[in-house]
Amino acid sequence: MFRFRFSRKQLCIPYVLFLVCFVILPLAVIVYYAFTDGSGRFTAANFLNFFTNGNTIGTLCYSAVIAVAVTAVCLLIAYPVAYVLARSGLKRAPVLLMLFILPMWINFTLRITALKEILTVIEGNLSLHPFLNTVIGMTYDYLPFMILPLYTTLLQLDQNLLEAAQDLGAGPASVFTRVTLPLSMPGIVSGITMTFLPAMTNYVILDMMYNSTYIMGSLIGSYFNIYDWNNGSMISLILFAVICIVSIITGGEDQDDAKNRGAVL
Amino acid sequence: MKRERNNQRCCTLRMAAAGLALTAALSVIFPGSPGFAGILSGRAGNAGMASVSAAESGEKVILRIANWEEYIDEGGWDEEEAIDLDDRAGTTILGENSMVEDFEEWYLKTYGVDVDVEYSTFGTNEDLYNQLTLGNDFDLVCPSEYMFMKLIAEDRLQPLSEHFFDEGDENNYYIRGVSDYIRNIFDTNTINGEPWSKYAAGYMWGTTGIVYNPDVISKEEASHWKVLADPKYKGQVTIKDNVRDSYFAALGILNEDALLEPDFLRSSDRLEQIAEVMNRTDEETVEEAEAILKQMKENAYSFESDSGKADMVTGKVLANYQWSGDAVYTLDQAEIDDYYLAYAVPEECTNVWFDGWVMLKDGIDGDAAKQHAAEAFMNFMSRPDNVVRNMYYIGYTSVIAGGDSDIIYAYADWCYGAEDDAQDTIEYPVGFFFSGDNSDEDYIITAQADQADRQLFAQYPPQDVLERAVVMQYFDQDNNERINQMWVNVRCFDLASLTWQDWAKISAVVIVLAAAAVIYKKRDKIRIS
Repeated sequence: MFRFRFSRKQLCIPYVLFLVCFVILPLAVIVYYAFTDGSGRFTAANFLNFFTNGNTIGTLCYSAVIAVAVTAVCLLIAYPVAYVLARSGLKRAPVLLMLFILPMWINFTLRITALKEILTVIEGNLSLHPFLNTVIGMTYDYLPFMILPLYTTLLQLDQNLLEAAQDLGAGPASVFTRVTLPLSMPGIVSGITMTFLPAMTNYVILDMMYNSTYIMGSLIGSYFNIYDWNNGSMISLILFAVICIVSIITGGEDQDDAKNRGAVL
Repeated sequence: MKRERNNQRCCTLRMAAAGLALTAALSVIFPGSPGFAGILSGRAGNAGMASVSAAESGEKVILRIANWEEYIDEGGWDEEEAIDLDDRAGTTILGENSMVEDFEEWYLKTYGVDVDVEYSTFGTNEDLYNQLTLGNDFDLVCPSEYMFMKLIAEDRLQPLSEHFFDEGDENNYYIRGVSDYIRNIFDTNTINGEPWSKYAAGYMWGTTGIVYNPDVISKEEASHWKVLADPKYKGQVTIKDNVRDSYFAALGILNEDALLEPDFLRSSDRLEQIAEVMNRTDEETVEEAEAILKQMKENAYSFESDSGKADMVTGKVLANYQWSGDAVYTLDQAEIDDYYLAYAVPEECTNVWFDGWVMLKDGIDGDAAKQHAAEAFMNFMSRPDNVVRNMYYIGYTSVIAGGDSDIIYAYADWCYGAEDDAQDTIEYPVGFFFSGDNSDEDYIITAQADQADRQLFAQYPPQDVLERAVVMQYFDQDNNERINQMWVNVRCFDLASLTWQDWAKISAVVIVLAAAAVIYKKRDKIRIS
């Protein structure tokens, strides 16, 4: 007689179903569309099209420049903030942290609309600085994603290691560059992945900031809008590949640093 | 309706992409189950009622309608909102229930058949088209003219029945009430030799033009397409974020001299010639349009799909490329703050656009009862009192002039007619739309003088505007690809536009960053050695 026996393995069934339905199958569909033409025949034309079309390359560069700028600005702002919140022993640090996270609870289109009004007061005419405004808008939106992982890593930093470094004669500057910074690398890496990748594709902020030059997200959207799902899918796929490569590189550095840490200690 | 919202567009696009991916994937796994998209959207039940007429079997007729967002009266008017018209019968218009509920009630009363309307909305023509491609979800939809032209060309529409055109039936409000001007356009515009009117019944219509601030921009300046590219107004003009409208404006600038030549203005077939010029899609024209659009992009405040109205009302921009329906809305909104804007239609030419009801072949699927209900819905929307309710709610102009009924003209007069003791009024003829004769004395509105440049002008353009208003045709595959490619070229960042100084700066930044990274990496080794 069959008896249902509950095992821990069965807990993963919903997760596997979710993965198959919403990750693997859509990805398969994108791959299918990327390598076929309108009538369903196999073709590599979409792939070649990506590299021979000046528009896609130009857009890729433009998106990358925006994303690098946003990530750099976020990092420069977020690191000191996270450091102070995590290390200075402020009594109300969690409250302060919450204040930084708080804007995330409000719908981002509302926030960007408000930001637009503020910038209009400052700049007068928004359309004269589209690039700058886009970077400001995205930085505003993604800053919490940079602060949070940095805060968590810095909070876990072992005070004993810092004291040991000081005992061994390191000044505050070298304690920071040789102990704190390497140990906070995992936070930096996850912060970068969480800001860099969306910044390359989030065209809603771009549109709202009146930047009329396409980034990757808008380019894909424009292909889908004219029912060219094949070229659109190919661009998505290549973007996906770029993202994978970036993740692998940053992940690799992380491991290097782990080794370096061992060497330093 | 051509309103779009950026955030909505983004969300629907994402949802559509996710839904598309999923359904496509599932159809790959389960081929031969075309209803899968239907199951997913919870509508499997009504897909298969093909041959049995619902009325005969005593079942409810289910009518699936898709329309633009906020494009139908949803009822719930206050008592004070009631419109007392000055027509012959002294009609009072009040939207108590939603139009859809009223239709269901009217249909049961008139034809004795229960109809259940499943009403949904869409945000852009492209969203609708994608949804139609994914599955059999709708019976009756209301896209813009270029989209129903595309659907006609793809043979996806159900022709209207002969009965729909029978002016003898008093319930055929559409054919009895539609304006002759509109009817003529629907009869003479063809796709593959078939007139629009075989498949489509108009709903709302309008022109495209320019909303402007008359304190800064003169009417003369605003009456030419080139104001949209004028360096004098750098960063103070918005353009439409869609290729068809922007391409039209670019062609208007490109052909300005030819279109305004005195001989051309006098020629008897001026309208046909404008239509030919403004629908050119040859390579040379597209290239020239691209150059103009690139310049417009540098000069404009933004390409917008919805934000332009708000930016115009708040005074961020001085001029705004707009559809007449949205122009009325913009002018109304600005007026609330005592800010008076105006609307102009370029002297060269304008684009006359339509949103129209069409039935889908897949959806109707030979079900006569369903087709009857769909056509009755179009007629119900065209009943003069309902037309007024919709126009009041939406702010656009209906294609219905009213036929025997004078309710719609009375509504126009109610909206724009000046007070009896008003000074500074003009006689504004609207006969061209209502009776086909502009000098018809029954159709002259005595309005405030400024209305000739404002809402009345936008809502009921005078004859001389309609004499330069052309339909923008649907581009075939090749032309469409060329024009879309042109649009992508305009919008994408062009690496070739960088000067060698730019390249030098970029290289300098990269070298500094690389050096910093290397130094950081090697710091231990440097110290050890």
